[in-house]
Amino acid sequence: MSLTDPPPLAVEPLLEVRSLSKRFPGVRALHQVNLTLRRGEVLAVIGENGAGKSTLMKILAGVQEPDSGTIMVDGQPVHIDSVRAAENLGISLIHQELNLADNLDVAANVLLGREPRRGCFIQRSVLDRKAGGFMEQVGLDCSPRTLVSRLPLGHQQMVEIAKALSTNARVLIMDEPTSSLSQTETDRLYGVIKELRSRGVAIIYISHRLGEVKELADRVVVLRDGQNAGELQRGQIHHDAMVKLMVGRELGRHLRDAHGHGEAVLEVRGLRTLRYPQQALDFSLRRGEIVGVAGLVGAGRTELLSTLFGIEQPVGGQVLLAGRKVNLHSPQDAIRAGLALVPEDRKQQGVILEMGVRQNITLACVRGHARRGFLNRRREGEVAAQMTRQLNIKTPNLAQPVQYLSGGNQQKIVLAKWLALEPRALLLDEPTRGIDVGAKQEIYRLMEELAGRGVAILFVSSEMEEVLRMSDRTLVLHEGRLAGELPRVELSEEAIMRLATGGRLEKTHRTDA
Amino acid sequence: MKKLLGISGLFLVVFAATSVANPKFVSAYNLQNLISWTSLFGIISIGVAFVIITGGIDLSIGSVIGLVGSLMAWLLTHKHWGIPATVVTVLLLSLAIGLAHGLLITKMRLQPFVVTLCGLLLYRGLARYITDDQSQGFGNAYEGMRWVAIGAVPITPQFSLPAPFFVLVLVGVLAAIFLNRTIWGRYLLALGRNETATRYSGINTDRMKIIAYVICSLLAGVGGILFSLDLNSIQPSGLGEFYELYAIAAAVLGGCSLRGGEGTILGVIIGTAVMRVLYNAINILGIPTHLEFAIIGAVILAGVIADELVKRFAARRRAARELADA
Repeated sequence: MSLTDPPPLAVEPLLEVRSLSKRFPGVRALHQVNLTLRRGEVLAVIGENGAGKSTLMKILAGVQEPDSGTIMVDGQPVHIDSVRAAENLGISLIHQELNLADNLDVAANVLLGREPRRGCFIQRSVLDRKAGGFMEQVGLDCSPRTLVSRLPLGHQQMVEIAKALSTNARVLIMDEPTSSLSQTETDRLYGVIKELRSRGVAIIYISHRLGEVKELADRVVVLRDGQNAGELQRGQIHHDAMVKLMVGRELGRHLRDAHGHGEAVLEVRGLRTLRYPQQALDFSLRRGEIVGVAGLVGAGRTELLSTLFGIEQPVGGQVLLAGRKVNLHSPQDAIRAGLALVPEDRKQQGVILEMGVRQNITLACVRGHARRGFLNRRREGEVAAQMTRQLNIKTPNLAQPVQYLSGGNQQKIVLAKWLALEPRALLLDEPTRGIDVGAKQEIYRLMEELAGRGVAILFVSSEMEEVLRMSDRTLVLHEGRLAGELPRVELSEEAIMRLATGGRLEKTHRTDA
Repeated sequence: MKKLLGISGLFLVVFAATSVANPKFVSAYNLQNLISWTSLFGIISIGVAFVIITGGIDLSIGSVIGLVGSLMAWLLTHKHWGIPATVVTVLLLSLAIGLAHGLLITKMRLQPFVVTLCGLLLYRGLARYITDDQSQGFGNAYEGMRWVAIGAVPITPQFSLPAPFFVLVLVGVLAAIFLNRTIWGRYLLALGRNETATRYSGINTDRMKIIAYVICSLLAGVGGILFSLDLNSIQPSGLGEFYELYAIAAAVLGGCSLRGGEGTILGVIIGTAVMRVLYNAINILGIPTHLEFAIIGAVILAGVIADELVKRFAARRRAARELADA
């Protein structure tokens, strides 16, 4: 039938995708993509943002339909035109943002829409028993009647997986499943994934975190610009090999020269946040210094930045910027003093999606250009144009609503908004979360450039590589406490992890008592 | 822009159909009446548009009109206050009402719906209590003052422009400048779309929301003054009843989204005009007046549905065109 018959395989692939293509207005999302998935394997699909991973997964899960190409399950061509159809074939997608009704309990979520009923009444005991079976498979040991909102995020993820398993899923697609999990929760997820694999469930694992891919994947498929860029077998899965296929070129990885020797710009004295009022934080940033804040999820990193920026009220302590005391009552105060914050959640806190590029960039500085409250539109246009150029923001025009731009460009717009105000100290919360490798490099370059101009930068990051690469100095938080401060020479992944998990640094050689 | 075209189209269709069905519709007398009432309702609709743009709602407008209208007549005729003192008092009262709404909604974090629903009940009750539920009126007195509501400026021998029209133009121009040309208008539109991001950009979103509620109640107060001067016979229990719903409907018809962040002043005014023309058409065409609410409701619903369909159609067309270009 086909021109080249596939060689006979010992095991017929569970799922096979042949020359799948999908176009969106103005974008070729997928072009002739091939993919095979065998029983009991973990297949990682990686690629920069916009490489087509999400589209491919949405097609497999029946959320979108392809323009052309074939999908085969158990060697039979299938037509997946709805989520229900995908579920009937045993394909289940777990979204990055969890889709749980958190006002209901665990059992109700696991079997949502498929509750055992008698007439129009739910048989609660049967529901609990059935859900309990799936919960056991993913290692959830709470009661089926626990409210989902009471569970930590990692457990909620397990509820999602249990829900997928309850539909008899043979193919589980996980989209960035660890993006909001702590290390312990991630480890637990690994355990569940390995357990599922040994039972013959096939898993497609999408992640930006190459460390995870290395740990979990039996095989890696790399997409680039909507096409297959290459495939790596178990033994070939190395960090550099993956990056090379993703970006299509070698990454110049240069380490920064440590700088920031000037006077202290930002001084934090005895600051107590609302979340950890018993812990007082003391540290300072010098002119042109880039300081990383590392720690596990829940260590109080975001709370620290929010408090510095006046979003959350401090319980005690004070902050000085260039020697002057900063009011911590509102973002207005912080901005007036010369602080700026690039928040963690870009779409909710950073940009106004429906507004244009220009209005987003000038939102914070428009007041400064106004005369008696009247907008100075000409000046506004100039600022926006200049910032767009300076930060290399890719947009068809300045009126383009920000929602149509890529994550990297959106993040640059948030940065542009602040740079237009020329802050003395810049606070960044996960500055490169969810943006592609190329844009990441640009953000790093910008951070360095700003530091070079004397701006003090405090950034929170969960990506170890980012902290290692960018920090002149690293503050490590553990449960709200400043567990340690690592200068460049002492910086290592082990040192950070040890401090972040509540351990101590062994500076002298001695054995534990 | 597209929304503005749509609502203008709807206006022209209803207007033309009614004119054809009954030529009396375009008589000078009827048009003057129509313009006068459109102006009065337009003023309160512009007010509520500001609140809707922040993503909020104000259900108390009708009661504020009732309270301001009754109180003004009562102060003038029963307490014999001077005109300036009375007008200043009732306007300060409506300003205070808006301020109270804004503070409760921002500082106490109460829901706009609940706060203004309670306001709806509260102010109506106060209006009836203060006036002992007696109907108020100016009789033949206060001619000069009433000119603002019932006066007219002759344009041609047959046709005069009613005085409220000039009030509407003034309010409309000021509102449009505020919304489109000042930083505060920009902040209102921004916070209506995404309050968190706006606050994180160093904008005092609470203050902006309070300003929106103050504008809304203040314009309701202006409306209250004009309505009572126009009617001359004021029932404290009835003046302004349901007007908040007319105002909200006009704002939505005119392109405001109840999700916030969207709306134009001109659109709101045309939306109001559509409502008034419909109401007028029902009377003039001899349609049973009992059907009034049903017809207005049906037309608004049809308009909103048409708007949604056009939007989808346009999106699909754009998608198809871009696909062809690619």
